[in-house]
Amino acid sequence: MAILSASPNSFSQLAVLSSDWPGGFWLHWVFFTVIILAFVLNTALIFIWLERRALGRLQVRLGPNRVGPFGLLQPIADVLKLLTKEDMIPAKGDKLVFWLAPLVAFVPVLMIFAVIPFQSGALLADLNIGILYVVAISSVAAVGVFMAGWASNNKYSLIGAMRDVAMLISYEIPIVLSIVGVVLITGSLSLTEIVGAQQNIPFILLQPLGFLIFFLGSLAESNRTPFDLVEADSELVAGYHIEYSGMKFATLFLAEYAEVIAMSALMTTLFLGGWQGPLLPPIIWFLTKVFAVFLLIVWIRSTIPRLRIDQVMAFAWKFLLPLALINLLITSLQIVFWPEASPWLIVFLNLVAMAVLVLSWSRFFRLGGERIEV
Amino acid sequence: MALKTEHFVLNLGPLHPSTHGVFRLRATLDGEVIVDIEPVLGYLHRGIEKLAEGCTYKQNIPFTDRLDYLASMSNNLPYVMAVEKLAEITVPERAEYLRVIMVELQRIVSHLIAVGTFVQDLGAMGTPLLYMFREREKILDLFEMVCGQRLTYNYMRFGGVSHDIPDEFLPALAKFVDRMPGFIDEYDQLLAENEILLARTKGVGILPKDLAINISASGPVLRASGVKWDIRKADPYSVYDRFEFDIPTGSISDAYDRYRVRIEEMRQCVRILRQAMEQLPKGKVLTEVPLKLRPPAGEVYAHIEAPKGELGFYLVSDNSDKPYRFHIRAPALINLTALRQMLIGWKLADAIIVFGSIDICLGEVDR
Repeated sequence: MAILSASPNSFSQLAVLSSDWPGGFWLHWVFFTVIILAFVLNTALIFIWLERRALGRLQVRLGPNRVGPFGLLQPIADVLKLLTKEDMIPAKGDKLVFWLAPLVAFVPVLMIFAVIPFQSGALLADLNIGILYVVAISSVAAVGVFMAGWASNNKYSLIGAMRDVAMLISYEIPIVLSIVGVVLITGSLSLTEIVGAQQNIPFILLQPLGFLIFFLGSLAESNRTPFDLVEADSELVAGYHIEYSGMKFATLFLAEYAEVIAMSALMTTLFLGGWQGPLLPPIIWFLTKVFAVFLLIVWIRSTIPRLRIDQVMAFAWKFLLPLALINLLITSLQIVFWPEASPWLIVFLNLVAMAVLVLSWSRFFRLGGERIEV
Repeated sequence: MALKTEHFVLNLGPLHPSTHGVFRLRATLDGEVIVDIEPVLGYLHRGIEKLAEGCTYKQNIPFTDRLDYLASMSNNLPYVMAVEKLAEITVPERAEYLRVIMVELQRIVSHLIAVGTFVQDLGAMGTPLLYMFREREKILDLFEMVCGQRLTYNYMRFGGVSHDIPDEFLPALAKFVDRMPGFIDEYDQLLAENEILLARTKGVGILPKDLAINISASGPVLRASGVKWDIRKADPYSVYDRFEFDIPTGSISDAYDRYRVRIEEMRQCVRILRQAMEQLPKGKVLTEVPLKLRPPAGEVYAHIEAPKGELGFYLVSDNSDKPYRFHIRAPALINLTALRQMLIGWKLADAIIVFGSIDICLGEVDR
């Protein structure tokens, strides 16, 4: 495809930028670690505020508006409250695992940000296997969730943790397959190069089906509606973090929001053209896209109900997985047999293919599980 | 080689966000599948039936408010009807119409909460519920106008109602009645054809017609099973024989049908309210009744179609000022009896929504 020829030149420029700025290996390291921590923690606070305000507006109420202007300081007040709360450990829980679980859940999510480019060259480590690293490291967070559910010695949290692991195993596959489509077009696993390849046309247009699968899959990975069965407050009360309080709860909560930020940032990087955009500075474009994705997630959360566990599994294996494979096949065929085609023709073909596939698949695919004889 | 597994007993409740009060379901699970489920009742038992035997007839009216506290007006009505039947008190026509207006408004309130919490149990994050609370507030404002209360109204009296309506009531009611069908359409836009709602509720928690009749279910639960039984038509009380309305019924008696029947009933309520406003006569609203009422010895049963089903009061009088026996036929308790048959073999998540689709109020179940 035509975009392929344009990309290599821009990368050499990027590489120069990234090694020059801000200079020195260790300085670079410390600098970006601080930036990432500040970015994740602050964005999580803003996301919490934004989610509560947006949900409030969508639900014909005001949302938090007492602490600070427009309630902006509400998340800070919440954090202070959580810090001063009593830290309880269930008497019959596994104390060490209970203590470790929030960290195991939070740290891998934080590590995802090491390879996400905030703007050209602005990233901790430009790994040449970037996206592979993200896929590998993001699954570790589920171990933390399962540890939390197991160590609490609570039946609700155990059910929640079991659901989380089942969902992770199922949704990881379509997510990875949808990423492979992007990697095939770019010819690289590095996230910087993937962004660079989207200079002319974002991959959401070239890979519409891939984006859809990745979006739905990451909703499931980060336990957002309609796949929020891990917490499922109407069934499991709070799921895996039911026994947590104080700072440990705050860390689990932070891990959850950090995962949403990571998924939004990944979607921005892989499909929405990353930091690129006209006029505005690159970092503004990056943040705008991340927040747009997040608002879409909040909108979905406020509108639709939750699926049942067997329906969630069926959705992954019967719907997302076959479509991801077909998408991969179509993409490979286009790359092998039609490398010189105009990208806009490919966009048109892929959009048509997506519409046809999604509509026809939903015809002979049923979500409803049946009653089980016991 | 099959893995050896164990069943798992999970106590849903008594303090759980989806039990609509303090209700306990002891579920035996095989993974996520319900093998056995046992409802445990009685956490809100206040002994109202026994208390009522120690209070005069008039003192008992506020007790009825506390039964189904989401539909107090509908609880007042069958009790005052029973005493009126016993003591042969006539009710002025205007009072009958006011009673019908209040009870139909109350039915809308109750169904709004039933559908809202049902969708909340499905996992929709509050939006449908809060949309429905918006209209509920308007009805509560109307109730506040007539009796000063917003939850436990204590509005009806033997021989009528406690106060006539204020002047601003009818215009406000007319405005509400005009706008309500639009709001119901809005709920339908949000919910009726939602794929996930259909997938979650269609075919789930089926209550077959014969089982529904056998357990003497009533209200929307029975009508969703396809039985056209509504006491407003089957045994018309008050002035219901003067109104035109339909009885919506379901066909496959699942959770979705129960939700649809409630939505359709709200539309019929609006129809009845329109007719009642047009026909509302002028005149007195209360017949003079002695404060210490001593009905002649005897027994009486009066029932109405409350939002949740047939609500009946059985009273025995021994010609004193207190009832000798005061029994309540609470629809929610009787509708619950088939819960076990409806749930076995379904998933844990289904238990919550089937339970929600029956629409109970613990104040009435435990009394």
